[in-house]
Amino acid sequence: MKANFFKIKSSLAASALFAALSMGMVSCGGGGSTSGSDSTSAAGGGSSDDNSLIGAGSSFDNPLFSKMFSEYNKLNGLKVNYQSVGSGAGISQLTNKTVDFGASDAPMNGKQDSAAPAAVLHVPVTTGAVVLSYNLADVKDTLMLSPGVLADIFLGKITKWNDAKIAAINKAVKLPSTSIVIAHRSDGSGTSNIFTTYLAKVSEEWSTKVGKGSSVNWPVGLGGKGNEGVAGLVKQTPGAIGYIELAYAIQNNMPYAKVQNKAGNFITPSIASVSAAANITIPPDSKVSLTNTDAADGYPISGFSWVLIYKEQKYGIRSLAKATNVLKLISWQIHDGQQYGAPLYYAPLSPAAVSVGDAILKSATYDGKPILQ
Amino acid sequence: MDTSVENGLVTRSDRSLRVIASAKSPEAIKSRIKRSFRQIRTESVFKRTLVIMGLFMIILVLGILLTLIVQSLPSIKSLGLKYLWGRVWDPVQDIYGAWPFLLGTLLSSFLALLISIPFSIAVAIFLGEYYPKGWLPDLLKNTVELIAAVPSVIYGFWGLAVLVPIVRNLESHIGVEPVGVGIFSSSLILAVMIIPYAASLGRSMIQMVPSPLKEAAYGLGATRWEVIRSVVLPYTKSGLFAGILLSLGRALGETMAVTMVIGNTSIIPKSIFAPGNTMASVIANEFTEADKAVYLSALIELGLVLFLVTVVINMIGKRIIDRFTNE
Repeated sequence: MKANFFKIKSSLAASALFAALSMGMVSCGGGGSTSGSDSTSAAGGGSSDDNSLIGAGSSFDNPLFSKMFSEYNKLNGLKVNYQSVGSGAGISQLTNKTVDFGASDAPMNGKQDSAAPAAVLHVPVTTGAVVLSYNLADVKDTLMLSPGVLADIFLGKITKWNDAKIAAINKAVKLPSTSIVIAHRSDGSGTSNIFTTYLAKVSEEWSTKVGKGSSVNWPVGLGGKGNEGVAGLVKQTPGAIGYIELAYAIQNNMPYAKVQNKAGNFITPSIASVSAAANITIPPDSKVSLTNTDAADGYPISGFSWVLIYKEQKYGIRSLAKATNVLKLISWQIHDGQQYGAPLYYAPLSPAAVSVGDAILKSATYDGKPILQ
Repeated sequence: MDTSVENGLVTRSDRSLRVIASAKSPEAIKSRIKRSFRQIRTESVFKRTLVIMGLFMIILVLGILLTLIVQSLPSIKSLGLKYLWGRVWDPVQDIYGAWPFLLGTLLSSFLALLISIPFSIAVAIFLGEYYPKGWLPDLLKNTVELIAAVPSVIYGFWGLAVLVPIVRNLESHIGVEPVGVGIFSSSLILAVMIIPYAASLGRSMIQMVPSPLKEAAYGLGATRWEVIRSVVLPYTKSGLFAGILLSLGRALGETMAVTMVIGNTSIIPKSIFAPGNTMASVIANEFTEADKAVYLSALIELGLVLFLVTVVINMIGKRIIDRFTNE
């Protein structure tokens, strides 16, 4: 009896220890702690097959990437598994080396850069835009918004649609006295990042009071989850205004405002005007925000989406063949792959962006030697 | 199982006696002893399995708590206790205060509870006391159980498409800003979702009231309402309260449906019609894009706070139930 009791005790202790250990391991893994380049098991996403790649990140890119990867598969037989988990999660998965490439609507910030175990390349892959959609049943003309008015609306300083500041730039439109209801994204998103980056650029007050980021502390308004959440709020609430992706607004026939750009022109968001926004001098690392673009015919609230890869492709158990496949895929995306953008309302890359992207891809190496010639 | 039993009528309780008494050869005794040891071993293995399974549950909960604490350490270190009553949630400037969400969670859950109690108690009494059998009560019982089985995202959609416009209409009549979404809408949705928990527990409790008690009351000339009020409800109050507590637990943690109709703003709600946010929906909304270590840790700490709030409310509830039962 006594011996039995001890047995029970010892086996309990063993199982408790085991459980505690596994908990500890889980908590380490989830903590985003990054081991160096020795984490061989994670590299390659658990697949040694050179003909299948894993990517993760931006949900904005997902419809375009699905189309591109299925077309590329028909051409080259390469399988790409893209997980649309959000830009931030994509970056942390790349940092943990569980994916072959990441995708993000915002370039990696200083902290993310220092968390990554090696240098990361940003390759611009498409251009997206954020539009202001509104619900004013009696207004048939397209509303026009200036940067100052837009910032004041989202700061909660303009509360009625017939405010003198809005009326001054919409002289032809008869504006109702409805209260303005603001709809913003409640989930962290690249769309919010582009929009708040724009507001921070054009409004000193926004920059100091709210700032920019994928989640910010909104001074006023209602939050909706995803584009569909914001669009739902805008459609349902009379007097609402909210920001959504251009593609989503076009597909759902939602009205959207013209926005005045840096050159003073009121620009209708469209694939052409968004592409035009990227026709500026792009720095060699391509980490540039297109918001408030200098281009005279460019829509001011637009931004690149990037594919992220490590500059040195030899890490873990990666083969040269696999690294070459990654590079060839991205190179195809920024050239031939661009034709699949417009039907899905993604603006094709500007020539300037493509040439910068080419140069960046050429700088990627395998064991110190360039991969693409 | 027992092959060496000579008599087919041998029952389990007197088996060993009979076997020892009838044992003639030493081999038979030996095999009997062997079998006894096997039986003892089976017993102890079974007991041990039960203990391990039970302990595993405890370890699991403690492990979750530990993980939450460890992962929220960076945020606890940098923000301290101020986190709990901080009124600003600003990921850009790394200022994190959980107060608006704590308030939103408690406000929406308790409001939902208030709305749901009359319905769940009524359903419980109807099914437990008035009509325990028949096609209509069966239909009602299955329908109420179905309410618990419907995925919460469906409630969210229904709330957004049907309930929010109705609430907006109501709001425009009573003179608050007519936006529709807000704490009130989410409480309504939650109230519907949590009815089954209190109702089904209450129903089985009411059915367990001994009939002699009720018959005695009827015998004294009590009406049906008087029997329910003075016999059934006092007898079942701890059970009813446990059901309500179960409902509250569900309301506190509900995420998807609430996220879709609460309005998701970090501003402290000024009235029950104002938009707000709950801890669960903040975590669901912001977790994927939390790109800074402190931000992520602050979100995990929100999970820890939610965990502790649930534990505290459960403990208070247990105390109240104990007091009821001891009376």
